Amino acid sequence: MRLRAEGVELAYDQFVIATDLSLTIPDGKVSVLIGPNGCGKSTALRALSRLLRPRQGAVLLDGKAIHSFSTKEVARRLAILPQLLSAPEAITVEDLVWFGRHPHRRSLSVPSTVDRDAVEWALEVTGTVPLRRKSVDQLSGGQRQRAWIALCLAQGTDLILLDEPTTFLDVAYQLEVLDLLAELNRTQGKTVAMVLHDFNMAAEYADHIFVMKAGVLVTEGSPEQVLTPSLLHEVFGIEAQVHAHPVSGKPLCIPIKGRSRSVPDGSATPVAASAGTRAAAAAK
Amino acid sequence: MTAQPITAPVAAPAAARRGRREWGIAGAITVTALLASVLTLGAGARGVGWLDGVAAIAGRLDPDTATLVERFLVPRVLLCWLVGIALAVSGGVLQGVIRNPLAAPDIIGITKGAGVAAMAALLLWPSAPVAALPVAAFAGGVAAALLVYLFAYRRGTSPARLALVGIAVSALCEGGVRFLLVRNPLDVNAALSWLTGSMFGRTMTHVVQFAPWVVVLVPLLLYYARRLDTLGLGDDLATGLGEPVERTRRITLLLAVALAAAAVSVAGTVGFVGLIAPHMARRLVGGRHLALLPTAAALGALLLLLADAVGRGVAPPLEIPVGLITALVGGPYFLYLLTKTGK
Repeated sequence: MRLRAEGVELAYDQFVIATDLSLTIPDGKVSVLIGPNGCGKSTALRALSRLLRPRQGAVLLDGKAIHSFSTKEVARRLAILPQLLSAPEAITVEDLVWFGRHPHRRSLSVPSTVDRDAVEWALEVTGTVPLRRKSVDQLSGGQRQRAWIALCLAQGTDLILLDEPTTFLDVAYQLEVLDLLAELNRTQGKTVAMVLHDFNMAAEYADHIFVMKAGVLVTEGSPEQVLTPSLLHEVFGIEAQVHAHPVSGKPLCIPIKGRSRSVPDGSATPVAASAGTRAAAAAK
Repeated sequence: MTAQPITAPVAAPAAARRGRREWGIAGAITVTALLASVLTLGAGARGVGWLDGVAAIAGRLDPDTATLVERFLVPRVLLCWLVGIALAVSGGVLQGVIRNPLAAPDIIGITKGAGVAAMAALLLWPSAPVAALPVAAFAGGVAAALLVYLFAYRRGTSPARLALVGIAVSALCEGGVRFLLVRNPLDVNAALSWLTGSMFGRTMTHVVQFAPWVVVLVPLLLYYARRLDTLGLGDDLATGLGEPVERTRRITLLLAVALAAAAVSVAGTVGFVGLIAPHMARRLVGGRHLALLPTAAALGALLLLLADAVGRGVAPPLEIPVGLITALVGGPYFLYLLTKTGK
């Protein structure tokens, strides 16, 4: 496995996010990190992509500590798409994608054929060729996200990490982005690791799910193994039913209304709990 | 060779066409500035006509006029070029690094900081060697820039906060200047003219003294052009693309501050050129620093040449300091920028 964290302690100044976190990103798969707000999933992704240096432990890339590589060398092996993105004013899609070649070029160098090919290929597989002359600020949410992903692809790495690539997108655009990532995994063999908010999207698209809570990796595995009513209760503090998705057969989590967000002992509010039982009975 | 991808020729013309347009604009401005250099040469000088610049180049001037041109007018024009380039490139880099359209040498306090330090050196230590002036100005500029950055930085710098803190620090430096002036009333006239930014009485010595700064620092900053571009994507993505963000930012900031401070040490506090020129250049050629910085440099030179010519030509033999003219143009432009970008 090319990328893993071993017993890392992660902190921002005095705020400790995780103390002893270990996880291994499976090669050639789509992995998704999920968990409630503030559980440290984005922080873990930042550590995996050397944006955050662990206080203890190490992140290993190809068997070596990631911080022993120069940042440029890391960029040739791994691409990271952060959550908050802002394109330079009025930049075209093509120019944006060209940034992906940065780790491969020297200052003031003329682009090589390899660079050009990589950019063309990235535009092609992300379906952004017709948009290449368009300014990034004119694009729809989904198109814009595809352009950013094209930038990462132009980097030419097999490992692609993304922090909540679907946030702020309408559902159609979310599917557009996730379909693209799934396709890149399938046809190009890219290893994709990302943080997602929505556990149903995670269930649909992930081969492997990491579930985090309060800086701890609670469980990991295939969607079927991981997404159970008891886990959703334990980690997200919600009552939910899990059914098979009528089309894909993947787990489909259906939260039940009523509150039970802060129920550490499992004694959810009676109303919601009994309503849940009744609904479950009705479903059968 | 036949396996060469068919896509390459498609990509090349797009980039090339864009490049041609950018260089065309930069070239056109440079040519305009060259023309302006020749045509404004004689502005305000008694006995020197509009076309004497051309005559001087052709070597067809009477000896007296030729001496006048050589001794006083040519150094001025050269200094306008150098100072304009220095301030514009410095401003362009600062705006890119701090990701803030209002970040310019004068707004973030470099000019005033360099001003007060150079002033202190001038007045408190009159026997100081000429070479000490740029050093003092440089130290003052760096100190002021650090001070502003320290107070304005709260997990990033917002345009408005940076401008406000910059104004406060500039006012502080201004206070220091006034104090120095009151303490040393005898030298006030020279100091005042220097403070507003003036090309008056500058000679070839000044040119020779200042030219190395521009000749060395500007190409160095151009070398960083594409790396400056990546900083515009935000720290995380820039790091993800392999750019050592903190190091690049520190180096380029230092070079930009040095450039502006050196300009101030030779020409005084010429305001707003470092704000306007890069901003106009961004409008004309976009945000790619490799095109932006040369365009801004040409615009900076042009702006200073015109301002200096107006200052000389409006009411000869009196001279309005060039810094006053740029402030008259720059003040409104700054307000316009502030209303457009202030958040």
